[in-house]
Amino acid sequence: FHLFFTCLRVRSFSSPPASPTKVCVVGGGPAGFYTAQSLLKGSPHIQVDIYERLPVPFGLVRFGVAPDHPEVKNVINTFTQTAQHKRCHFLGNVHVGKDITIQELMQAYHAVVLSYGAEGNRTMGVSGEGLPGVYSAKDFVGWYNGLPCNKELQPDLSHETAVILGQGNVALDVARILLSPLDLLKKTDITQNALETLAASKVQRVLMVGRRGPLQVACTIKELREMVNMPYTAPDMLPADFQHVAQALADLPRPRKRLTELIMKTLNEDHRGRQGVKRWGFRFFRSPLEVLPSADGSRASGIRLAVNKLEGVGDAVTAVPTSEVDEIACGMIISSIGYKSLPIDPAVPFDFKRAIVPNNMGRVEETTGLYCSGWVKRGPTGVIATTMNDSFDTARTILQDLESGAINVSVSRPGSSEVVPLLEKRGVRTVSFADWEKINAEETKQGTAVGKPREKLLDVREMLAVAWT
Amino acid sequence: MAQCLCLRSLLTPCGTRSLGMHLRIQSCLDGTKIYKWQHRQVGTCPTLCTDSKSPAASKVTVHFINQDGVRNSVTATEGESLLDVVVNKNLDISGFGACEGTLACSTCHLIFEEDIHERLDPVMDEEVDMLDLAYGLTKTSRLGCQIVVQPWMEGMTVHVPKGIKDQRELAGSKKTQ
Repeated sequence: FHLFFTCLRVRSFSSPPASPTKVCVVGGGPAGFYTAQSLLKGSPHIQVDIYERLPVPFGLVRFGVAPDHPEVKNVINTFTQTAQHKRCHFLGNVHVGKDITIQELMQAYHAVVLSYGAEGNRTMGVSGEGLPGVYSAKDFVGWYNGLPCNKELQPDLSHETAVILGQGNVALDVARILLSPLDLLKKTDITQNALETLAASKVQRVLMVGRRGPLQVACTIKELREMVNMPYTAPDMLPADFQHVAQALADLPRPRKRLTELIMKTLNEDHRGRQGVKRWGFRFFRSPLEVLPSADGSRASGIRLAVNKLEGVGDAVTAVPTSEVDEIACGMIISSIGYKSLPIDPAVPFDFKRAIVPNNMGRVEETTGLYCSGWVKRGPTGVIATTMNDSFDTARTILQDLESGAINVSVSRPGSSEVVPLLEKRGVRTVSFADWEKINAEETKQGTAVGKPREKLLDVREMLAVAWT
Repeated sequence: MAQCLCLRSLLTPCGTRSLGMHLRIQSCLDGTKIYKWQHRQVGTCPTLCTDSKSPAASKVTVHFINQDGVRNSVTATEGESLLDVVVNKNLDISGFGACEGTLACSTCHLIFEEDIHERLDPVMDEEVDMLDLAYGLTKTSRLGCQIVVQPWMEGMTVHVPKGIKDQRELAGSKKTQ
């Protein structure tokens, strides 16, 4: 039961369309679900089909949110209600762009919404980036969260120091999972595979490297507080990185001030004598120059960094390299410098520079009837609530276009009754939401047996086998 | 509030929390912080700590001014949070309470009248951490999931801020925890 569906606002059309308005959403993550939810609420004539490549829904809520943040996943309850709405259908196991084209979808539906997020990642662009021991945060997070394509990652946790490039909330998630006591992790939905690997981990120190200074750190205070409060760990900061910060405090807005004060607090605590603790810290004013190979060239053994100075003022302050360099010896490097959207179909315009689908308020440029929401529309930043607001905005645009006639609903469209047979002819069988619920039940059952909320299935074939029993 | 149940063991900084629970933080008279996890029960009003000697929970009139300036007056029940009230009374506030009361977002942000705000239970760090990310933050802002309806709030007016957004989109951080 959720408030959205107890107060459906019925929009009055001057004359109702002859047949239902069919909308197709590509992507079953937060953007897809929030867009669908808002469309269903906005008109009683709309039917929404949500297509998802995996057999399982929910996108980054399932595969991105850290296992020790289950409360963030509460939005799954809202998404479940949306999927169970009588005018909504979830169709999993459909690879849009490969099993079916965007053009075919646009013929079958009145409107198509691209909500497929960002499955690529930004690269550092330095030599040695391809060496064993170097991972993207996206893959590392996917690995501990059970994303099927990352299950063979086998990260090497046998070295003492891990360096993370980036200081955003994803970097903090990775650091926290690397350093969390097993007792806490084993009660979460982290994969068994990851749990076993972490149990054997020799990682004792995690450094998060950022190109600018403490006043520009991109993480937020809740995540930082979790690191500060982590048992059996101690902060490892360089006081030299904090010159001029104390003086700047008074003029900062409250959120930045509190965050900075919390980081500064770690400087004042003396942890030098403590034995047997793991360490975590920030290293500021550093940008990657090169990943250094081990003597036999078989893996990463360190990272060479340019030392930066800051130029400019306020939020526009930028990092400019000096001639000074620094090196950190480490056995694992994780680049957490951003996700990146990829083009889905040659028929869809794509801005390669910004890595988004070019659009105006959610209307894809040059393509009537095609829309976008979420990260593929605005870029891969922000939290679930950000995507929620963005999806509501796109839905509003679509509803406006329906009302104005910019989308022609006088012609009826077949929707999934055309798409599903077409997929079947191509050997693709869809997974319904009820099928997902069988996977959900199986995962929950396996999890309960070991004291976890769920034990995620890691293999797509296994998911399909359960879905179609 | 000293009669609150102490369920401190439920919350550790990196502890596990189950789906369907929401979090209330209160401070007891002796200064200890109480973290109370409650099951969200559909359609019922979860009560916080009420003194076992107190009479049946009173009804309290609360006026909500929504984002369009429209007033909705509802009868809340003592012990409900303002998030519970919005849900139970079907108040149509888009995107309100996305994390279902677990201090993982700021979408239940509400603005109070000054005299009411002064009398509210002191705000805890964990709430300020999320409030700091709320769009349109004011000096009399609080998160609705942390404010429990009490009889002295009879007739109060709360404002829903214009945009329910989270500043982490502007802070440039990549995604959720």
